[in-house]
Amino acid sequence: MHELSLTEKILRLVLEQAGNHKAAKITRIKLVIGDLSGIIPACVEQYFGLIAAGTIAAGAKLEFQRSKAELYCPVCEESFEKRPADFNCPRCGSLAQLTESGRECFVESIEVD
Amino acid sequence: MEIDIEQDLFENEAKLAELNRSWFAAHRVAAVNLLAAPGAGKTSLIRRTAALCPLPLAVIEGDPASRIDTDLLNGLGIPAHQINTEGGCHLEAQMIGQALQEFQPAAGTVLFIENVGNLICTASFPLGEALRVVMLGVSEGDDKPFKYPLIFEEADAVILNKIDLGPFVDFDRERFYRGIRTIDPEVPVFEVSCRTGAGLAEWSRWLERKAGEYLDAATV
Ligand SMILES: [Zn+2]
Repeated sequence: MHELSLTEKILRLVLEQAGNHKAAKITRIKLVIGDLSGIIPACVEQYFGLIAAGTIAAGAKLEFQRSKAELYCPVCEESFEKRPADFNCPRCGSLAQLTESGRECFVESIEVD
Repeated sequence: MEIDIEQDLFENEAKLAELNRSWFAAHRVAAVNLLAAPGAGKTSLIRRTAALCPLPLAVIEGDPASRIDTDLLNGLGIPAHQINTEGGCHLEAQMIGQALQEFQPAAGTVLFIENVGNLICTASFPLGEALRVVMLGVSEGDDKPFKYPLIFEEADAVILNKIDLGPFVDFDRERFYRGIRTIDPEVPVFEVSCRTGAGLAEWSRWLERKAGEYLDAATV
């Protein structure tokens, strides 16, 4: 459900940016979404289709780049990709720590005509 | 033509939360963002805390549609203000900012912000709170820290409620604490029962102390 409020923020942002560049149409929106962000791209896509109707962003293609969640193992002093519902280091089995990666949620760029 | 934007969608949230933070500090209100799944016992905790904590309490209630909790709390003499998110699954800083224009708790108040029942997106939206408290009932399972790590990460305290149900629900304490300690080795965990009252005095003393520290600092 929180995808709706996020999609509204995305739409507001891209319309504003397109307006600044006097664009007539937004054709593509590139987004980076982290695996830990709790955001489901398919939901964003669906909401976008609904709320962008009637704006210059209607019909724009949404392109999602996922960013992986990484954990850091203090024993091995190495980062590794997080597996679902698991905090253990695949090498030594110790409990690892969350890092900043995987939380991203940003609009990278847009393509306009 | 391609236009670079590079705009973090949560950056603006952080700015709006900062505005609330200034309001709370200037008005000496200690805001407590209370996060939990539906039915974990958020409203019961607030009622119990009101009876134990000597500081005056007020509540902002986030709820998708109803006023049930707000009416209940107002009926008990605890000032409560309703925010209906119209189906939305979390409170946002802007909603709190708006609520504060109408609902202005007195200086020295501990303001509970009862977030919408949800362990996912509530974690991502700072509200400008002084303290963030995450609550979980033993009946929800011991695996929650592993499934919803982000919500526990920013917690200033974790409340494990319904411990009276422990024997009936196979809650593995050891596993639960392993999850919590991975995310935060230091966060205090209060094991309570809002039904029997167990453990609540200790929680209330902690809250009084932390809120007191915040309010003292805000006076300067
Ligand atoms: Zn390791």
